[in-house]
Amino acid sequence: MASSPPVEVHGLTKQYGDITAVDGVDLTVEAGDVFGYLGPNGAGKTTSMRMMLGLIRPTAGEVKLFGKDPQESIGALAGVAGFVEAPRFYPYLDAKTNLELLAALDGDGAKGLIPEVLDIVELTDRAKDKVGGYSHGMRQRLGIAASLLRKPRLLMLDEPATGLDPAGMRDMRLLIKRLASEGITVLLSSHLLAEVEDVCDRVAIIRKGKIAYQGQLSQLRKEAGLSYSLRTTDDTAARKVLDSFSAITDVAATDDGTLRFHPADESAVAQLSGQLTAAGAMIIELAPRSATLEELFFELTEGES
Amino acid sequence: MRSPSVFTVYRWELRKLRAQKRTYLGIGAAILVPMAFTIAVALRPGEPRDVPFGRYIHQTGLSIPLVMLLFGSIWFFPLITALVAGDIVANEDQNGTLKTILTRSVDRTQVFFGKVLAAFTYAFIAVVISSGFALVAGLIVSGYNPLTSLSGQLVSANEGLSLVGASVAVYMIPILAIASIALMLSTVTRNSAAAVVGTLMFSLILQLVVIIPGLGGLQPYLLSTQFNSWQGLLRTPIDWDPIIRAAWVSSAYAIPALLIALVVFLRRDVTGG
Repeated sequence: MASSPPVEVHGLTKQYGDITAVDGVDLTVEAGDVFGYLGPNGAGKTTSMRMMLGLIRPTAGEVKLFGKDPQESIGALAGVAGFVEAPRFYPYLDAKTNLELLAALDGDGAKGLIPEVLDIVELTDRAKDKVGGYSHGMRQRLGIAASLLRKPRLLMLDEPATGLDPAGMRDMRLLIKRLASEGITVLLSSHLLAEVEDVCDRVAIIRKGKIAYQGQLSQLRKEAGLSYSLRTTDDTAARKVLDSFSAITDVAATDDGTLRFHPADESAVAQLSGQLTAAGAMIIELAPRSATLEELFFELTEGES
Repeated sequence: MRSPSVFTVYRWELRKLRAQKRTYLGIGAAILVPMAFTIAVALRPGEPRDVPFGRYIHQTGLSIPLVMLLFGSIWFFPLITALVAGDIVANEDQNGTLKTILTRSVDRTQVFFGKVLAAFTYAFIAVVISSGFALVAGLIVSGYNPLTSLSGQLVSANEGLSLVGASVAVYMIPILAIASIALMLSTVTRNSAAAVVGTLMFSLILQLVVIIPGLGGLQPYLLSTQFNSWQGLLRTPIDWDPIIRAAWVSSAYAIPALLIALVVFLRRDVTGG
């Protein structure tokens, strides 16, 4: 099944009583992808990732990892590693012993990788300390080390940067980039857009348990279109003009008084400049700007954050 | 790469038990209680004449572990057994580590039976250590002398020692059933305290059932009764009936408990952690 994609999800659904946590998710992660699984908290990312790892049973739908169903056999997780929510370890054992335990559960050979993976996540000096005394960031790094023991072809990481300080987040991003450059397919969930924007090439956005978008990040930016920012000498008059102009949509004011909008085309912008002047709102700034991913994200998950 | 087996899980479950305080709490109690009992025997002139072998505690040290088996069946040994068996699955829930081990290369059945074997091993070790200390303390206090069997015949000290060993072995039958029940409660409740207390309550309630009018006929089929089955070994000739009954009655408690636990463990959603 070498040609099967690392992750293939069809109609994945999980219901808890009347609540549908994950609602018919279709998802494909191709080999070599650094795939961002985006959504606000509670959108269903972790629940779907738990189903992908065989930890919870789907109400409907199926998951295939390299063509195998993790619900049917633990063998489907061969070459797959990762964690959901915060990685957890035995607090009364030291980091090295925790990894030795997991290496034993992985099979022969994994134990030999322990010094190397501890080195990768820079925990060699703390390897003999009990994990109960570890900081959140150290446990996140140990989670990555535990995943690397499995020599994964697919790494599934759920919010790996959550709770890390800025330096820790940067280190985590660099580590993920490095692993991806070594050919590991990465499925990375996050509600932090900056993390995904910097690392991922493809994304899926989940909203209320449903996929709202799936595709290339670059395509997502293109689909969102171009927006303009506007500053004038009379914000109230400018706002009236914008609101009355049918070729202009999505008018919004930022905190500093700058107005933002989507024009239907460039001629709408040209006409607007004339109308603003006529209305007595002298233009200080009228500039096109690329939408940031964050704005797109809020647009796609509106009302969710 | 060789796939891990149930034995791999078992070995690591024992390693985890060695690193946990509650393991030593149980073993410590298993040592201290018979020591305290023996000290009381040494210091007090009387003896508990209403229990089998109670009247011989000053005559031979061999009687001390046997009396401990009798007293211990009410709550002491069930508690020590449940302390670990009731925690062995719930502890994973508490630490959120079930997701950690279930995303490696061992399946849930292997993890489950590894835990069953570890809980059984701990119970076995606790009872053996406790009886061992009771024996040594008993020999120091009352000497290595012949033992009077339940049929009233005197058996040599050496034969008595073998019978004490065999009695402890037979005692393991209901103990393992208690461990199975604790393991089921641990799996179903996902709460260590609930499983330990639940097992103890179950054990105590069984002791009380026979007091209820009309339910006396249930006695041979209660798990609590099986804790006395080893006494069959101390009759002349040996009475195997209670031992055989202990085997199947205990199995009738243990096997359904383990099956329920297994099904719940295999089917459950791992959502915590």
